[in-house]
Amino acid sequence: MATLHTKSAARAMMAPAVIVLLIWMIVPLAMTLYFSTLNYTLYNPISTPFIGFENYSYFLTDPTFLAALANTLILVLGVLAITVIGGILIALLLDQEFYGVNIVRLLVIAPFFVMPTVAALVWKNMMMNPVYGVIGQLLQAVGLAPIDWMTEVPLLSIVIIVAWQWLPFATLILLTALQSLSADQKEAAEMDGAGALSIFWYITLPHMSRAITVVILIQTIFLLSIYAEILVTTQGGPGSQSTNITYLVAQQATSYGDIGAASAGGIVAVVLANIVAIFLVRLIGKNLDA
Amino acid sequence: MARNVTTGRKIGTTILAWFVGLVIFFPILWTFLTSFKTELQAISIPPVFVGFDWTLENYRTIQTQSNYFHFMANSIYLSLGSTALGLIFAIPAAWAMAFSPTKRTKDVLLWMLSTKMLPAVGVLIPIYLLFVRFGLLDSRLGLIVVLFLINLPIIVWMLYTYFKEIPGEILEAARMDGASLGKEITQVLAPMAVPGIASTILLNVILSWNEAFWTLNLTTSNAAPLTAFIASFSSPQGNFYAKLSAASMLAIAPILIVGWFSQKQLVRGLTFGAVK
Repeated sequence: MATLHTKSAARAMMAPAVIVLLIWMIVPLAMTLYFSTLNYTLYNPISTPFIGFENYSYFLTDPTFLAALANTLILVLGVLAITVIGGILIALLLDQEFYGVNIVRLLVIAPFFVMPTVAALVWKNMMMNPVYGVIGQLLQAVGLAPIDWMTEVPLLSIVIIVAWQWLPFATLILLTALQSLSADQKEAAEMDGAGALSIFWYITLPHMSRAITVVILIQTIFLLSIYAEILVTTQGGPGSQSTNITYLVAQQATSYGDIGAASAGGIVAVVLANIVAIFLVRLIGKNLDA
Repeated sequence: MARNVTTGRKIGTTILAWFVGLVIFFPILWTFLTSFKTELQAISIPPVFVGFDWTLENYRTIQTQSNYFHFMANSIYLSLGSTALGLIFAIPAAWAMAFSPTKRTKDVLLWMLSTKMLPAVGVLIPIYLLFVRFGLLDSRLGLIVVLFLINLPIIVWMLYTYFKEIPGEILEAARMDGASLGKEITQVLAPMAVPGIASTILLNVILSWNEAFWTLNLTTSNAAPLTAFIASFSSPQGNFYAKLSAASMLAIAPILIVGWFSQKQLVRGLTFGAVK
């Protein structure tokens, strides 16, 4: 159907988007790669001698980097565990018949639309403050000692805040997948005497498996880049207890002015993200053929 | 055939679902309530739920003392500006990929997707230095371009999945009737594409409004949107819960309402069409 004429027209129509994205991807990345081989600080931007892989060895052997790497993994895995398991349970609940289902749906998805800085500050102050926070008051009401969340368990606090933001996303996508499961199939299984648990395990869960994979991969991409939530709550502290790779790299550049080390860190972050991205692109590519 | 659910079970589910919904929504509800309290009521022990003297004082303070409308205007400029720019580039590209696909279309789409996965810190430093060099730091224009570029892949993908659903036969018929490319777009395609484009706009406005890496790193005051305004509350001085709440409600309310209307498109846009 595509004639030569429409083909060249199509190419001309795609060109602007492709070209700007190509520039956006290649130019800064090449610059980052280049900077990562220089001894380049903002305090002495005139002399930037080439130092090869020194920034990488500095960045990778810095104990803060290992802490940040561990924190990044805990943050990603912790949030994934809460949102995927919580999302499956809430999606199953919202798939039932009950009064006010549409309103409850709105309540559940609301946190996703809250900007990161608002979510983090509301949780830090009004929920988790040891004296005035709602959680502290609830703990005291049942006779427990309140927790100073941001200093005693900083990373857990951030996991909770971020999980609250992403739980709606997981729920919404899993619910969408769940609603495409035909009732006939479940009914047939029920007639064969299958219990609710085995229906969930052998029919519902396999049906949702692709949606679960999508949730895990897409969230991972975003969770690797958590930044604002850390900046406005713990600022990575105390020490580096809640510093992730993104925050560490931004800090190297903005606080220490070390362009070279920050660039090396940026490249490390790109490599880490690419490992996840390869799986995601493959999965979505497969879906495109279907 | 609808499954029969006993009334008892339905009531039980109702109670459980509402409980879960309210627990998840609670921080937003609490912020809403606190925004109408005085600073003293906001930190009273035990907390008061609704039995306080409702006041609009915090909203007044936020507007008179903090130049709130400046940040609000920036959020609007940035989200609408980047979305408009995105549509200009994405509509032709998505149209071409949906209606004149070649062997390489799929590769181009996947490559676009992969640019979205480039972590921001990987390019933060050069962008920051380029912005300094060209005087774009803390400028709306610079930030509009960055937000446009980070969301362009999502816009192309979303439009592509919508355009793909428009039957190609209609276009073929129009071509047979001798419709020009311009007519094909304005008279045949546009009316069918409007819903998809509208959904794409909604999602992109939400994403740009809430973007909090670039907006925090590339602005100080002049181009700072609401994300940065709220971040200024992170170093508290005195009692500020009620004011923080009022500012927060003003920052999230518009997008919360937009978001509630676009839940379905959200699934599609954010999963790149993998879940519909």
